[in-house]
Amino acid sequence: MNALIVLTALGLIGLFSEIFNFRKLLLPIVYAGLALAAVLAICDWNTNISYYNNMMLFDNFALAFTSLLIIISFFWFTISPGFFREPTSKSDHISLIIFTLIGAVTMVSYSNLIMLFLGLEILSISMYILAGSNKSELSSNEAALKYFLMGAFATGFLLFGIALIYGSTGSFNINEIANAIKKTSDHTVMLYAGILLVMSSLAFKVSAVPFHFWAPDVYQGSPTVITAYMSTVVKTAAFAAFLRLFMTSFKEVETLWSSSLWVISAATIIIGNITAVFQTNVKRMLAYSSISHAGYMILAILAMNGSSAGSLFYYTAAYSVSSIASFAVLLIVNKKMGSESIESFYGLGKRNPLLAAVTVIAMLSLAGIPPTAGFFAKYYIFSAAIQNNLTGLVLIAVVGSLIGVFYYFRIIIALFREKDAPKLEIDKSYKTVLLIFAIVVLLLGIFPGFFAGLV
Amino acid sequence: MITLLIFFPLLAACITAFSGRQAGWVAFGFTLIEFALSIFAFNLFEPTAGLQFLNQCEWIPSLGISYKVGVDGISLLLVLLTTFLIPLIILSSFKREYKNPALFYSLILFMQFALVGVFSALDGFLFYIFWELALIPIYLICLIWGGKERLRITLKFFIYTLTGSLLMLVAFIWLWHQTPGAHTFDIQAFYALSLTPTEQTWIFWAFFLAFAIKMPIFPFHTWQPDTYVDAPAPGTMLLSGIMLKMGIYGVIRWLIPITPGGIQEWGFTAIILSVIGIMYASVIALVQKDFKRLIAYSSIAHVGLISAGIFSLSFQGLQGGVIQMISHGINVVGLFFIAEMISQRTETREMGELGGIRVSAPQFATFFIIILLASIALPLTNGFVGEFLLINGLFSYDSVIAAIAGLTIILGAVYMLRAYQKISLGEPNNLTLQFPDLSTVEKCVLVPLVIMIFWIGIYPNTLLDVAGPSIEALQKTIENSASLTKINYIN
Repeated sequence: MNALIVLTALGLIGLFSEIFNFRKLLLPIVYAGLALAAVLAICDWNTNISYYNNMMLFDNFALAFTSLLIIISFFWFTISPGFFREPTSKSDHISLIIFTLIGAVTMVSYSNLIMLFLGLEILSISMYILAGSNKSELSSNEAALKYFLMGAFATGFLLFGIALIYGSTGSFNINEIANAIKKTSDHTVMLYAGILLVMSSLAFKVSAVPFHFWAPDVYQGSPTVITAYMSTVVKTAAFAAFLRLFMTSFKEVETLWSSSLWVISAATIIIGNITAVFQTNVKRMLAYSSISHAGYMILAILAMNGSSAGSLFYYTAAYSVSSIASFAVLLIVNKKMGSESIESFYGLGKRNPLLAAVTVIAMLSLAGIPPTAGFFAKYYIFSAAIQNNLTGLVLIAVVGSLIGVFYYFRIIIALFREKDAPKLEIDKSYKTVLLIFAIVVLLLGIFPGFFAGLV
Repeated sequence: MITLLIFFPLLAACITAFSGRQAGWVAFGFTLIEFALSIFAFNLFEPTAGLQFLNQCEWIPSLGISYKVGVDGISLLLVLLTTFLIPLIILSSFKREYKNPALFYSLILFMQFALVGVFSALDGFLFYIFWELALIPIYLICLIWGGKERLRITLKFFIYTLTGSLLMLVAFIWLWHQTPGAHTFDIQAFYALSLTPTEQTWIFWAFFLAFAIKMPIFPFHTWQPDTYVDAPAPGTMLLSGIMLKMGIYGVIRWLIPITPGGIQEWGFTAIILSVIGIMYASVIALVQKDFKRLIAYSSIAHVGLISAGIFSLSFQGLQGGVIQMISHGINVVGLFFIAEMISQRTETREMGELGGIRVSAPQFATFFIIILLASIALPLTNGFVGEFLLINGLFSYDSVIAAIAGLTIILGAVYMLRAYQKISLGEPNNLTLQFPDLSTVEKCVLVPLVIMIFWIGIYPNTLLDVAGPSIEALQKTIENSASLTKINYIN
């Protein structure tokens, strides 16, 4: 909770910085504030306190994801100073990002569906604006509008679903909903409809097939840093919310929704991976890869057992760090070469070995090759799923990861193609940041037990 | 001791990565130290005492994954093969200028780390990790320093082998679920499992595909000739000399003891596939014009014989398999080195364009014929001991199959001697007239290889004594296997 208060204060400070004219100090304040918030979240470990008549519950699940979200945002800020260069919009952008983070934290710590809705709205509305923040670019405007229209629809679904669930169980509280469902085995159609509507809207937020159509365009159109934020923080929060709701409330009626989710997961893995193969724009490829990763993460929700939360936590952490690293490389390449196509990666191995090494590690991790974090992430999720007899789906996921290897390795191959181009220089601070990402990916991979055991 | 052997190359790889232009010598120095360490381990080793130098600590306790390493006679010989060949491979690459040598040699050392790890891991998960770790450096070596077609070929190679390893991983996870109590990946727990025949069939095929792709056994060999030809010479030597032994070792260490019933059921199929592979590869080798490609196909044939012998499960077959793994490693590295020297000096590998090297470079031709004769299993060379035992073992299994497999040795002699004739004999032409003889560095590579060829050929007991007790132990494990009892009980 303290973390949330600090974040809110931070967002407001961001807005006021324009009035009181301390814009230059803002980034250091943000770093300090995020660090403080992360420490506060970690200090609350094992306290399990609920606030405002059970509207929010900061159990270990919430705290772990809160700290993860704050740390990812911290990482994100380190790669995106270029985004805040424009003086007129700097403080607005920073505040908006902090507000999305507040929404995300609310989404992982709610224990009342109203809070879930609020968190999702705080997060989404800021994201709609940020997607369009590259105002002079037509594609960015298109992305914002598309995201907004589709997102508004999905939110409507969520609200409708919540209303139906309330109608059939008489409560907004996720534990009481679970109790109400447990009491009777004779459920009304209203409940089914409610669950399916909520599921669709959450599937939209995590960009699962068939609710994924917005994702490639929005990801490609938005400024690259915002895409990085969307595919890490937003996705992590949405998945945590997804898992929290279904684990607590709808476990009893698993048979009602598990088969639909099974199909969603399989379709997401297959379509996401196969479409990614045909992309030549790296940003769009990462968008599709992000879709396919959503498919793997749904496996954790389907597994519905003690290891679900731990494996999802580890997966989101591993995926976020690897994604941020690959987006960081993409940012540099795009800035220096003026293009996001795979050709602009040619010869990077020679032009900047460090950049190439980080790319290789990030791609290996996204592809799920040991000893990187991505491998253990997949391993945990698959093994959780096998425990719940989802062997068929796991086999589909394994085939999906094989296809994944194909397109991730295309980037690795591109790094070592011959191309005569000048050396690519990057400044020291950026170098350090990239190195830290690579080391984190490897450390997560070598000592996975600690992180996965947290939740 | 083994932990030291595993992690020393990793440390060396990190240091070499920052050693600039002198990386080759630095790496060579490190591998010599590693070799000395492994000889020291060899001296401490008691052949009859089973698994030794055991080292165990927890890695991911919640999943029952531990860092557990140790060696028996079979693993130790393969570790020795690795530490013996890698300095020679590094030495053999000095003549050619590789761009960014620090990265190149550090990847080779990293590879050594993974290979020693594969040969000594006693935990299923750890084995899988090392298995995959070995793939990454060799992939990068082929990708960065390979030939023209490298982009397409290396990707095929990677995806092919990864498919196999993922199947193996699924099998490991499944076995893990079967272990009693708190699940574990420990090899002994896997040995103690009692599986039904259907389960064994599934596990057998999952493992078999993984190992068969790595070796490779027909029809999973299609990645191999292209990759061997296109990889840079040290990469080819690593792949053929050591890395394919990972597949054979996997069969001996994991496949056979875990699913003895699966072997009873499907071993014959595996042998048939191996024998088809021998014939098929020999016939293709007969018509090859490119010398490097010819060696690649001959390697498929040799490996086919090894796997056929091992799947026969007879003592001699297994013993021959182990000896032949070592011999094949030595011979094939020698042959690829010869091919590399030829292509360096004449810029071609087409055998038709060569000829008469014997006149201009007699020393070269002498070493060439010795290694070549060893690879076609002439008595007194190492190839003979291994193939003799293998065929012998196969004979006790099925005499017809043994006869077919034996015939291919003759085919092997035909294509190898024909290659020698085309390259070394006849009149020298423009290309080969100025063929320089061996340099000192090249002699330093070839002499140890030839010494080993004769040593194993004349006094194979050095190896047999080490491997023998371990093979007996392996057979005992199979006989006492709970899985096998279950099958016989059902029958």
